[in-house]
Amino acid sequence: MALLSIRNLHAKIGDREILKGINLDINKGEVHSIMGPNGNGKSTLAGIIAGNPKYTVTEGEVIYNGKNILDMPVDQRANEGIFLGFQYPVEIPGVTITNFMRTAVNEQRKYRGLDPLSGSEFLKLMEEKKKVVEMTTNLANRSVNEGFSGGEKKKNEIFQMAMLNPTLAILDETDSGLDIDALRIVANGVNQLRSPENATVVITHYQRLLDYIVPDFVHVLYEGRIVKTGPKELALELEEKGYEWIKKELEAAK
Amino acid sequence: MTDIIQQFRDIRATLRKNEVWRDVDFSAMMPEGMKLPSGDKAEEKDYPCNIPDLDVTKLTVINGRCVNPYYEEPDGVAYGSLSEARQRRPETVAKYLGKSDKSDNAYERLNATNHEDGIFIFLPAGIKKEYKFQIVNIIDSNEPIFVQTRNLVVVGSGSMLTLLQCDDSIGESRSMSNNVTEIIADSESSVQHYKLQNMNDMSGLLNHSYTQLEEGAQFSTSVITLNGGHIRNHAEVNMRGEHCHVEANGLYLIDKEQQADNYIFVNHLKPHCESHALYKGIMDDSAHASFNGHVLVSDGAVKTEAFQTNRNILLTDKATVQSKPFLEIYNDDVKCSHGSTTGQIDELAMFYIRSRGISERTARTMLLYAFCDEVIQKIALAPLRNRLSDMVKQRLHGELTPCSECALHCNNTCGCNDAPAFEIDPDKL
Repeated sequence: MALLSIRNLHAKIGDREILKGINLDINKGEVHSIMGPNGNGKSTLAGIIAGNPKYTVTEGEVIYNGKNILDMPVDQRANEGIFLGFQYPVEIPGVTITNFMRTAVNEQRKYRGLDPLSGSEFLKLMEEKKKVVEMTTNLANRSVNEGFSGGEKKKNEIFQMAMLNPTLAILDETDSGLDIDALRIVANGVNQLRSPENATVVITHYQRLLDYIVPDFVHVLYEGRIVKTGPKELALELEEKGYEWIKKELEAAK
Repeated sequence: MTDIIQQFRDIRATLRKNEVWRDVDFSAMMPEGMKLPSGDKAEEKDYPCNIPDLDVTKLTVINGRCVNPYYEEPDGVAYGSLSEARQRRPETVAKYLGKSDKSDNAYERLNATNHEDGIFIFLPAGIKKEYKFQIVNIIDSNEPIFVQTRNLVVVGSGSMLTLLQCDDSIGESRSMSNNVTEIIADSESSVQHYKLQNMNDMSGLLNHSYTQLEEGAQFSTSVITLNGGHIRNHAEVNMRGEHCHVEANGLYLIDKEQQADNYIFVNHLKPHCESHALYKGIMDDSAHASFNGHVLVSDGAVKTEAFQTNRNILLTDKATVQSKPFLEIYNDDVKCSHGSTTGQIDELAMFYIRSRGISERTARTMLLYAFCDEVIQKIALAPLRNRLSDMVKQRLHGELTPCSECALHCNNTCGCNDAPAFEIDPDKL
């Protein structure tokens, strides 16, 4: 059974239909990349899996670990092992990363019937996971994302992913706003967290990120549907030929 | 002569056209049969308003009467009951009482002529030791009472004072208080004035603070309103010398039918002074708040820096706030700004926090606490800051409704069983 199984998913924001029948299966141990031009539903799909209340699902189902998650509260989905790396991480003045993560880690442990981590256990875990993205100590004592550079925000997303150790991670344009060094660090972090027991979905515009995080499957999301699926070479082909190529193929097929 | 309570009631009608006072209406807090306190010498009961590690001299005022005797330290520092100070140091009291700069208003005048008692604190010039006092102002009465207290605080040149002023009420006491505090701070002195208000829903409080600063004086004040029926803080700060520094902060967390009003007038009379005001509030249920901030920069007050911010969160459609930041500037060589925002909880931030597995309730508390934290962090006195941080978290449990006993009395630790998981103070890690 697939870890995540999406069937005929339709969704809208306000009155505008964005997803028009998505079908997708993801198994443990796999890395999937979802590519496609802006405004075609990539972030919507990520938001729906994580539970962003902004979107309304009108048809279809999302089965994760055998459970239909569409009626599940956002925090419960997270505690079941779903993680969304935000395209635009939200600034939360007054809440330090340390405080934020300790609350999150302990709520997750409570959900799974485990005792909360003590202060020292937590700090030890944090020190260990900070290394995944080469994070400095200062950053952890600052308010969540407040005044962070683009690179710091994305590092912080991957740091949180490392702390929460999700089964399914969806990374929404984690490469946007990164310089080449930050891109390497972030990608390196994601690779360290890969295991046969988890799966990663990488949403991106550019093939560049996929040089570092090598996907098993590449999907093209266009006008609310997955119109093409292929091996990692598909990303290179897209880079070369552009999305116009897909559009022409689709028109020819009609 | 009309009785004092009636005089207080009648003031309202005379101030209908006064910009500052026209909306002030305490009639809901004044039931029929309200009386003046009995006038018996108050006995000191044990009101353990203690803050851990806060090393202060506690002065208790019960129903307007100070229970502490007048006391003089060998270095000349004097404190205790204002009535006793009148006997013991008539010249000092006569020199300062009622003499601080203030705008004329009938509520203050009524207090001036009819107050019960209050606290007198006098620090001569050049005291090296930093004195810390806590005024515990308690209402404890089976009958509805009308109380007027008056505090006089004089800080000599170069001396340093920390003053914590707590307003509390016991049990089901119904009361209306019209209290005045005058602070006269001489040159190069430093005064920290914290006001902590935690009264029951039947308490009305009109709390005046008049502060007068001479050259180089530093004044910082924070007013934290955690509970109360209707509380109005009327503060005026006059900078009469150059190089004064003023920081004024406020936090009000109200629910049910409560009302909290803050008025602050900051008067820049001389050059090179600086003032910062930051007031924040959260209103739940049908609560109503107002902020009215007025910064006046005089013609000659060049190189003034004055900043004023008011931010509010409304948790329901019925909660309301009126915000009026106001700058009045009479010279070109200044740096001033003001701003006001009112909104709801940020839904995107809620989604972000919950997407990490944090429950909706804890996420809300986290965001509301974070909103308050900016004001709490401005409290320089660490034990007070920590205590307040805990009290604000208690207040925010389950939105704003305080669990049965805890938020009403600052001495109790909260016995809630359903405390949210968000309990970490990063300072304590």
